[in-house]
Amino acid sequence: MSDTFFSGAPHWTWFIIPYFFVGGLAGGACFLAVVLDWFGGPEDRPVVRTGYYVAATGAILSGLLLTIDLGQPLRFWHMLFQSANFPAIMFKAWSPISFGAWAILLFGLFSVLSALGAMSEEGRLQAPAFRVLHRGALAKIVAGLAGLLGFFVAGYTGVLLSVTNRPIWADSPWLGALFLASGASTGAAALILLAPRRGATEQSLRWLSTFDSRALVVELLVLVLFLVSLGAINRVWLSFWGLLLVVGVVGLGILLPLRLHAQRRPVASAAKLVLVGGFLLRLATMLASEGISRFRVAAGM
Amino acid sequence: MPEPMGFFTDTTVCIGCKACEVACKEWNQLPAANGGLGELSGDSYDNTRRLDGIHWRHVRFIEQFKGPYDGRWLMMSDVCKHCVQAGCLEVCPTGAIIRTQFDTVVIQSDVCNGCRACIAACPFGVIDINPVSATAQKCTLCYDRLQVGLEPACSKACPTDSIQFGTITELRARAHKRVDQLRAQGVQAQLYGAEPDGPLGGLNSFYLLVDKPEVYGLPAHPQLPTRTLGRSATLTTASAAVLGLLALVGLRKRRMEEVAADSSGAPPLPPSSHV
Repeated sequence: MSDTFFSGAPHWTWFIIPYFFVGGLAGGACFLAVVLDWFGGPEDRPVVRTGYYVAATGAILSGLLLTIDLGQPLRFWHMLFQSANFPAIMFKAWSPISFGAWAILLFGLFSVLSALGAMSEEGRLQAPAFRVLHRGALAKIVAGLAGLLGFFVAGYTGVLLSVTNRPIWADSPWLGALFLASGASTGAAALILLAPRRGATEQSLRWLSTFDSRALVVELLVLVLFLVSLGAINRVWLSFWGLLLVVGVVGLGILLPLRLHAQRRPVASAAKLVLVGGFLLRLATMLASEGISRFRVAAGM
Repeated sequence: MPEPMGFFTDTTVCIGCKACEVACKEWNQLPAANGGLGELSGDSYDNTRRLDGIHWRHVRFIEQFKGPYDGRWLMMSDVCKHCVQAGCLEVCPTGAIIRTQFDTVVIQSDVCNGCRACIAACPFGVIDINPVSATAQKCTLCYDRLQVGLEPACSKACPTDSIQFGTITELRARAHKRVDQLRAQGVQAQLYGAEPDGPLGGLNSFYLLVDKPEVYGLPAHPQLPTRTLGRSATLTTASAAVLGLLALVGLRKRRMEEVAADSSGAPPLPPSSHV
């Protein structure tokens, strides 16, 4: 038996699972928006703006979900500053949860600035001060930082789970890569669904669809490597969560969308399935490990 | 600076009286589980079942019975191991978990915000949330008593000296002597966590066992949670690079197709209508 089976479950469930999904989606969408902002053309601007809106909304929602999940929500700032020595910074580079708290804060800051720039670009904010947020070098740097931090947020959630002593999570180093690939595919899917309302062009949507297919292939490969790395631990998947992983994540969330993309069917259907698969991936990986505590208690451990 | 202090628990003399559990609860004013209503496990005399936020001591009953006349009880008073290299302290993002001058590990309840990272990090499943404070809690090795020169409540209450308190150096010497004594009697005794060059740099609460650690609910090779950090971060970064490259390659391909279409005089694509 793996030594991870002797640890206790942290009860990261109904706020953390949506946070992992929303954070991954927002980070992936922001990264793609930045790629198009930096290297795309004028025809990509609607997708870029949508990406920044999704990122800002997702970052704020992520922060709220994380705060609500705390036992003492009003002490959320203890993760950022030393409570007994304010305003000294609280930061541990070797602790993903500490690193992540700062990453979400900064991702929120830069993505909101980029979203304000997008609003200014659309004429919804008239003040000249906001123009620097969608034109020129400063806007590109702010967006670039948002994109990098967004991609970090999408991936660190998996690393955070690996840096524990819990079954499944700590038994493989692939969870970060898996969540990142899923964040990229769900981010692309969210943009495919939301960007047409802002006038996204056929070129942008086709690029998103192509990227989504490739990200799904990467996700599938990483998922296989993740399962292979688990070795004998894979027995834990002989449960409802294993069924959900195979049918919901692999079948509905990866293979079916890939087939739809390949057949050039309406991409909205594929995108919706990708979002469902991304959520189920977090649900299955979280609850498969959380549920092991039941056996632990039953065994008097 | 005081010497490192801790517990040596000799499981061979534990009688399962649970005086340590009661003394711990009383001294630390820990609430009753389930509002004080008794909840029986139904298959064991062990009704506490596990360590958590309101049970900082747990007398584990291991009932090894093959038949009505063939069996034995193993009993062990379990507690936080106060690891020399503590996973909980390592990951705590608020700085609530500290190492004291006695080399013990303590959670400051007024600093903890209940993020629960330490619960998943502990290889022994020691920490959990105390529902009253809504923060993570565990044994403090009676930090308040130690500061005024008192012995921890549990070891003070132990009627058989199964739980012994003292300096780690002294406890290790005593533990090795006891192992030798038991082995001379034909008992397969072994120490768990007593060696400073062992897992986690040694445990400041270590045990004398007469069966495999797993039988007592202890991992054979406890490890720090950060053991996967390097590999996990590297693979995630590599995956980010691959995805970034795929995005740029897709954009480059689209540009090439546009250039080819422009040179062949094909009309530009219309705005989206198929989604």
